Amino acid sequence: MSGIRIKATMSGDSAVIKCLMQHPMETGLRKDAKTGQLIPAHFINHVTAAVAGKTVLDGQWAGGIAANPFLEFRVKGAKVGDKVVVSWEDNKGGKDSVEAAVA
Amino acid sequence: MNHQRRQILKGAGGVAMVAAAASAGLLKPGAAFAADWNKAAFEAKDVAGALAGVGGAGAVDSDQIIIDAPAIAENGSRVPVKVTSKIPGTERIILLSEKNAMPLLADFAIMNGAESYISTAIKMGKTSNVRAIIMAGGKVYTAVKEVKVTIGGCGG
Repeated sequence: MSGIRIKATMSGDSAVIKCLMQHPMETGLRKDAKTGQLIPAHFINHVTAAVAGKTVLDGQWAGGIAANPFLEFRVKGAKVGDKVVVSWEDNKGGKDSVEAAVA
Repeated sequence: MNHQRRQILKGAGGVAMVAAAASAGLLKPGAAFAADWNKAAFEAKDVAGALAGVGGAGAVDSDQIIIDAPAIAENGSRVPVKVTSKIPGTERIILLSEKNAMPLLADFAIMNGAESYISTAIKMGKTSNVRAIIMAGGKVYTAVKEVKVTIGGCGG
């Protein structure tokens, strides 16, 4: 199971793609309330999206994106049934990916 | 390195090259990203350093960039921000929170029909300008929107 929830629906002649990704997005600047130690940085630093086999979005992130990141983008000229792939990688080598069809 | 991608995107045939690379599977999501993470820009402690790192220094103010964010955010740990660029040929959307310990938040390259629009949620340490940088046709544009933060969301 992917930890990314995705919804891709047509609106006019564009696909509206909304994603919610499970991730703590630790900046590395926050202290553990109990131990007083810094919590190590752990955040998604790369996000990509492809529609119908073509990359539409290639993003880099910092830990300053809110935990369990939300991302919405729109792709003109997409069609119902087009395959959407959204993937991320984090600074510790973790990764996740999800596939959906535009509805 | 990062500059490589920027140069590819900047070139006259940049978009076509990226498209060709994508269809050849070179930019297959999840397998390989187009550029290394821009460490210098993302770890910069001030706006000037972040802008220098992304090539955004000298950006020109534009009323063609719309930043939709709350005027007051009670909780800085999750502030919704939408950026829409009406500038033709928008290739990159960059997002900063100016008073965060590390101001640069996101740098999106958009291509192959992606609209010049991004919606996400960011952390804000304190009341600050949210700044968007748009790169289009080899030029750099910018706009800001102030968000008042009641409780900071960076925890340090």
